[in-house]
Amino acid sequence: MTDIAATPRREGGLAALFRHSRYILGENPVTGFAFALFVLIVIAAVLGPSIVPYDPLASDTTQAMKPPSAHHWFGTDQIGRDVFSRVIVATRLDFFIAVASVALVFLMGGLAGVAAGFFGGWTDRIVGRIADTIMAFPLFVLAMGIVAALGNTVQNIVLATAIVNFPLYARIARAEANVRREAGFVEAARLSGNSDWRILAFQILPNVFPILVVQMSLTMGYAILNAAGLSFIGLGVRPPTPEWGIMVAEGAAFMVSGEWWNAFFPGLALMVAVFCFNLLGDGLRDMVDPRRRT
Amino acid sequence: MLTMILKRAAMAIPSLIGVVIVTFLLTRALPGDPAAYFAGPAATPQAIQEVRVKLGLDKPLIEQFGRYVVDLGHGNLGNSLTTGQPVLTELRTRLPASAELTLLGLLVSIVIAVPLGILAATRPNSLIDHACRVVATLGVSLPVFFTGLILVYVFYYLLGWAPAPLGRLDVFFDPPPQVTGFYLIDSLIARQPELFMASLKQLILPALTLGIFSLAPIARMTRASMLAVLSSDFVRTARASGLSSFTVIVTYAFRNAMLPVITTLGMVFSFLLGANVLVEKVFAWPGIGSYAVEALLASDFAPVQGFVLTMAVMYVALNLMIDVLYGLIDPRVRLEA
Repeated sequence: MTDIAATPRREGGLAALFRHSRYILGENPVTGFAFALFVLIVIAAVLGPSIVPYDPLASDTTQAMKPPSAHHWFGTDQIGRDVFSRVIVATRLDFFIAVASVALVFLMGGLAGVAAGFFGGWTDRIVGRIADTIMAFPLFVLAMGIVAALGNTVQNIVLATAIVNFPLYARIARAEANVRREAGFVEAARLSGNSDWRILAFQILPNVFPILVVQMSLTMGYAILNAAGLSFIGLGVRPPTPEWGIMVAEGAAFMVSGEWWNAFFPGLALMVAVFCFNLLGDGLRDMVDPRRRT
Repeated sequence: MLTMILKRAAMAIPSLIGVVIVTFLLTRALPGDPAAYFAGPAATPQAIQEVRVKLGLDKPLIEQFGRYVVDLGHGNLGNSLTTGQPVLTELRTRLPASAELTLLGLLVSIVIAVPLGILAATRPNSLIDHACRVVATLGVSLPVFFTGLILVYVFYYLLGWAPAPLGRLDVFFDPPPQVTGFYLIDSLIARQPELFMASLKQLILPALTLGIFSLAPIARMTRASMLAVLSSDFVRTARASGLSSFTVIVTYAFRNAMLPVITTLGMVFSFLLGANVLVEKVFAWPGIGSYAVEALLASDFAPVQGFVLTMAVMYVALNLMIDVLYGLIDPRVRLEA
């Protein structure tokens, strides 16, 4: 900090954000680590299929059930497919499911919650009732029921994961919109002749947005776990598509006979991804709202 | 106290109505014609029409819903297509297996998480505090089915301590005469210690899996609420009056710190009941979760619907119990009601 003595300059928004982020990262190096992991996951998701050493679907029965080696880093499965390639390629699908479901619930829950908090009255009651009804179910069980009823596809896994997270987003958005409803800047906007919808779009939403973004990164981990759990019990993704949950399910049978690598590596990938999202979410929350730091 | 319980019970009614509506709507959302679906793949158009009339699918939606509610009132959840058995009977015979597993899992995690959280709170930034934080973060990141498989690999394959993950009892044993449906309790009632040990051995790994899974929120909450209570005025007064630190922590701080932890149990149950399905699949546990999974894969919807309904009703009931328990522990809640 050499510029303390100098006259304080007014910093641009971006520069201030950058400085603040650097400060937080300095406080908590774990967030930096999580961010690095996140970048790796994104790279694997984007480039995955073009950087892996083997075709994730090509079987080679002469190489079946080989333990990890220099040729096959994570070993091979019962029909000789390379587990490493399959784990890396699966990143794209798992990442897509998590991002899509979180984006969907962000839209549904965030908008419904903001409307409920801002308008109150009937809107509030209806949104609250929907959220309460969803909360009355154990979440994973409801997701199972939804996928079973709507049909066994990846889109429905995304939809089910979004629906079970709806109450969380709706409640946070509602609370945040509600406290800002009577705020000075909203009153000012109203007095200068803005319509309700305009206030909602340009005054309330931009303020609630950062809080919901933090929530998104916190629920990403849960979304991946939920989707992998569903495909573990045989819903959604079908073999031979590489996906972490289904790979663990396929490898599970070999765990009792000692061929651990089939289920272990996809499970580990799943764990690392969830761990990374959780850490990142905590770090982001610290940046946006320092009071909730634990 | 009674008025409080009644008031709280009345609050559960809208939730139950919501649950019934949602489970009803889920069947109507089935892809294609539900009548063709329930008649089975080999049905003639005539048979489908018969099924449609029999199920009342030719009636308006409201009337169908009324019929569904009346059926529920009579305990009729429909029949399973694959086994032909009434869903209610199957759920009833399988429920004790799931309940025994879930409750033991919860017990395991409370026994580990609560002392861990307290120790972490009494010694902030110590080794045990860091251990608590690591456990809490790892616990939420571990997929429950993955934990189960790792435990199977280590304790069954590598060490040979645990039996094969194949259900509630080894094939050489017969289940105890049914009293509660919990093998641990029934075997004790029947005075068969070997049977008790055999069923305990089968239970340990799945219960531990569930325990590890639900450890994180309980430990985290215990630590946070213990920290808050320990810095409060009455704890300072108790310390200043010269009470031993054990008395202060256990009788004064602990009782007050438990209140938020009990509230978290509601959320923990939501996760536990879901995780139960996955753990049952890993350990071939003959509970209602694996029943629902089998039905799901066979596209047999009635058992799935019955399962979702049962789970939701149990969850609403558990939340009700938690709130009543809260009132019992904290007299202030009773006064407000």
